[in-house]
Amino acid sequence: MATETLTLGKALNAGLRKALENDPKVVIMGEDVGKLGGVFRITDGLQKDFGDQRVIDTPLAESGIIGTAVGLAIRGFRPVCEIQFDGFVYPAYDQIVSQVAKMHYRSQGKVRIPMVIRIPYGGGIGAVEHHSESPEAYFAHTAGLKVVTCANPQDGYSMIQQAIASDDPIVFLEPKRRYWEKGPVELDAPLTDAYPLHAARVARPGTDATVLAYGPMVRTALDAATAAAEDGRELEVIDLRTLSPLDLTAAYESVKRTGRCVVVHEAPGNLGLGSEIAARITEECFYSLESPVLRVTGFDTPYPAARVEEEYLPDLDRVLDAVDRTFGW
Amino acid sequence: MAKGDPGAATRSKRAAPRTKRAAATGEPELVQLLTPEGERIESALGPDGTEYRVDFTDEEYRGLYRDLVLVRKLDAEATALQRQGELGLWASLLGQEAAQVGSGRALRTQDMAFPTYREHGVLYCRGIDPIMPLGLFRGVDQGGWDPNEFKFNMYTIVIGAQTLHATGYAMGVAMDGKTGSDEGEAVIAYFGDGATSQGDVNEAFVWASVFNAPLVFFCQNNQYAISEPLERQTRVPLYQRAGGFGFPGVRVDGNDVLASYAVTRHALDNARHGQGPSLIEAYTYRMGAHTTSDDPTRYRIASEVEAWQAKDPIARMKAFLTKQQIVDESFFAEVDEQARAESVHLRERVLAMPDPEPVTMFDHVYPNGSPELDEQRAQFSKYLESFEGSAH
Repeated sequence: MATETLTLGKALNAGLRKALENDPKVVIMGEDVGKLGGVFRITDGLQKDFGDQRVIDTPLAESGIIGTAVGLAIRGFRPVCEIQFDGFVYPAYDQIVSQVAKMHYRSQGKVRIPMVIRIPYGGGIGAVEHHSESPEAYFAHTAGLKVVTCANPQDGYSMIQQAIASDDPIVFLEPKRRYWEKGPVELDAPLTDAYPLHAARVARPGTDATVLAYGPMVRTALDAATAAAEDGRELEVIDLRTLSPLDLTAAYESVKRTGRCVVVHEAPGNLGLGSEIAARITEECFYSLESPVLRVTGFDTPYPAARVEEEYLPDLDRVLDAVDRTFGW
Repeated sequence: MAKGDPGAATRSKRAAPRTKRAAATGEPELVQLLTPEGERIESALGPDGTEYRVDFTDEEYRGLYRDLVLVRKLDAEATALQRQGELGLWASLLGQEAAQVGSGRALRTQDMAFPTYREHGVLYCRGIDPIMPLGLFRGVDQGGWDPNEFKFNMYTIVIGAQTLHATGYAMGVAMDGKTGSDEGEAVIAYFGDGATSQGDVNEAFVWASVFNAPLVFFCQNNQYAISEPLERQTRVPLYQRAGGFGFPGVRVDGNDVLASYAVTRHALDNARHGQGPSLIEAYTYRMGAHTTSDDPTRYRIASEVEAWQAKDPIARMKAFLTKQQIVDESFFAEVDEQARAESVHLRERVLAMPDPEPVTMFDHVYPNGSPELDEQRAQFSKYLESFEGSAH
């Protein structure tokens, strides 16, 4: 089995290449995805090898990217759309929530939109405004869409292929600050052996408190767990991976053992995924909880200027502070 | 005329004296082949010099008339059903029959249509049971036909969204290599004058142009977007917008079924042969309300409606058939009787439409299902079953 060390960005590129090779109906489309290879180079070299009918540089209009992909999907293609940055997805929002999400339902299952919408999301790269947002709750709130996010190169490689192979329309969130972090990737393992797309996974086992994170915050949660271990506290970190449907099976099991739970995400806390997760864990694990489920999130502000984003983004200290608070009840 | 393809009438080689006319009703550059008085015009020129003509058999003329009367009658029945509380809403096509039947009959079997929520006439021409859209308006489903089987997509309520779907589909047709011959596939996107203000429609124009998509944009300019007149959407004739996007545009008399057929067939054939998109502005008038929810007397004057009444698409076809002695009086009576019988049948079937079982609301949200939703469905079923004597 060929295991290589790749960055998340290269792993995604390898996954996209595999998908293009395996299914001639897969097309990649977006702004600058061709010759440039995308602004983050995630589609690097793909147009050169698969041609401009498979890797399509589109006009600069997000609603057009998603809307024409809907038509291509009806025609029998499997479009993989790239939205260049999180904050640019809103012009396409109507097509995503009113059309992509509802075609299958509206047609009573006769029309399928097997489409993937890739969005580099989240902050931490010192970008200007509209380039660092976390819009996952908007999409997770919409029935008919599925929403997933990867946190490491192996998941990037297999999850993007699983998402493309799925007939469900999927919003695929890529934590852009982690594009350059490396990890092992098994390139030859069959997709059927990959960890299921819509399942959470324990990223680090522990006994004292449960930390739930996804996407860019998994790394932060793991760093917090390492630091906590030095202080003699074993945190269990769960990488949620799937935001819609939410898989909290592992979380329930974990919280029933640890009695404590902290949810971490970059998006603002108000009506964020953390609110839903806290409510469900409270319903399911009420008699096991030693303290309320706490959230560590971005603030309820627009994403701030880059020079203060480190204060805005949840970091290791804020996670550890929340863990401490769960012990203070 | 048989449902489906009435033949490539626009490419007639018949040697007949040609008279080239345009702007017959005083509207600028309006392609017209049948005047409001029922006079036949041999051929008409589009703004780019394209000559439009049709050469139908008597049987085909009769078929077009029958289509016009039937869709008007079925539409009237649906309006009545709404007024009696049997439909939650209805979007009437009254006045737009010729634009819909003309363009609908110009489609070939292999062509794909992307409608709005008002294309009941095109739906009829595609061979779909006219009861199908009534489920949507009655609230028992969201449209019951199979878009792939009939090559007629779902009704789209969000204004203009379907023009992008049509564009993508047409790009797919080209990518599949299904253009470049007479057997090629073409795509048609329906929308109204109000939709031309939408970003999606303009994006669709850009996409279709730069990808040379085999697509006909068919705008039924019925003069009003709910209450807002055309002047609130545009300062230039809509068909002229095409030029700025790099493809041809033409304005046709949308109350003339022959001209609507001719320009649409021509544009579709251009598309299927690989010559890219075009825009047709079918200049027409919505005689009724936008939907049964609005009151057009608040925003338009009676004299305007009367002026358009004189351009009625069915009356002019009837006058033509009579003058040309293509039919006798018994034909009109027979068509009226058929329309009456079909509308009665439609009514009976609408009243018999059952409400869906509540638990079906959970069906088809995702092709692959969702554990969260499965749990909600199970809990909801259990809840319904908890009621004593519940039918569910």
